[in-house]
Amino acid sequence: MSALLDIAWRDLRRAIGGGAFWLPLVFFLLVATLFPFAIGPDPQLLTRVGGGALWTAALLAALLPVDRLVAPDVEAGVLDQYAVRGISEEAVAAAKIGAHWLAFGPPLMLAALPASALLALDGHALLRLEAGLALGTPGLAALALTVSALVSGQRGGSALAGLLLLPLAVPMLIFGAGALTGPERGGLYLLGAASLLLVAIAPFAAGAAIRAGRG
Amino acid sequence: MSPALRLTGLGCVRGGRALFTGIDLGLGPGDAVAVTGPNGAGKTSLLRVVAGLLPAQAGTVESEGRLAMAGEQAALDPERPLAKALHYWARIDGGGEAEVATALEAMGIAHLADVPVRMLSTGQRKRAVLARILAGGADIWLLDEPANGLDTASRERLEAAIAAHRAAGGIAMVATHQPVAMPGAVELPIGSAA
Repeated sequence: MSALLDIAWRDLRRAIGGGAFWLPLVFFLLVATLFPFAIGPDPQLLTRVGGGALWTAALLAALLPVDRLVAPDVEAGVLDQYAVRGISEEAVAAAKIGAHWLAFGPPLMLAALPASALLALDGHALLRLEAGLALGTPGLAALALTVSALVSGQRGGSALAGLLLLPLAVPMLIFGAGALTGPERGGLYLLGAASLLLVAIAPFAAGAAIRAGRG
Repeated sequence: MSPALRLTGLGCVRGGRALFTGIDLGLGPGDAVAVTGPNGAGKTSLLRVVAGLLPAQAGTVESEGRLAMAGEQAALDPERPLAKALHYWARIDGGGEAEVATALEAMGIAHLADVPVRMLSTGQRKRAVLARILAGGADIWLLDEPANGLDTASRERLEAAIAAHRAAGGIAMVATHQPVAMPGAVELPIGSAA
């Protein structure tokens, strides 16, 4: 157990120190800044489409760190060293998902505060957006790590990563953006379910991918 | 529990080609084996099969005791100081700073403890990997070309480290095409020359 904490801590330290941490944040805020320029400053229009735009930005932001999550560890032999020590690939993947979520989810939720101000979201929509990100980012982190493990051995893997990740993330986009308006909470429940499913499957899928990629 | 390593009828196929077949080997405490053979004979593959990183197409590997592997890849974070990078693995192996300091001393790289791993030369990195093995305190060492890029003094340190490991009841399996003195070691030639 302490080995898994060490693994997660190392990943978190490398994410924050290596710059991979800032990229999704800056991208997310950039989209929020550019969007009003593109569709005009009408607050009513922005309020109506802004939440959906932020969800799309969050999805695309999840794609950015994909090439740094697993491939460098494969190349450096770090994953082999875990395996020689008898730490299962699934456990390593779970630790990496936890670390990646910590470097990705909470910062994105913080960035959603200025972003929602830029897009004139009201308090209710902001609350729903934050709740949705809290529920959805673990699923996005799990998905990003799985895709990262799948393409880690491929040349030009990051191009493939987008094609693999985005279709699988569509349910989260639909439920997340759908939950922003209206009084009912069904969208949030479905978002949580979709996210939970991804988090549950990801360690096994990523672990199998790491094993299969070993040459 | 004393460490043991037993290979029975071990065979490996890579890319549709049989690299080696029918390898039988039994090692107990203090034993060492030198795996020799030409380039591409499958020395690295054999070590990876023993380490459990590659599936064995035939035969079985049984091991008792903790394994440690020093391969081609250093698995040390390039941006971290050497001692910190080694400490990461030492912690996972249940050791600490004392083990790292002893290992750095034994490989003669104690003066590099604060140097980032990316600044090390090839030979220094190789010694750093050996220091990782030393600090881990595993029972069975799998060393892939440990003498590559080492100068004479460093090779003597490597030989002394292996000797001390065997004297303490450890097992060493060394794939090498360079002479590494291991008194009383079994030689296991594999590949086309065998």
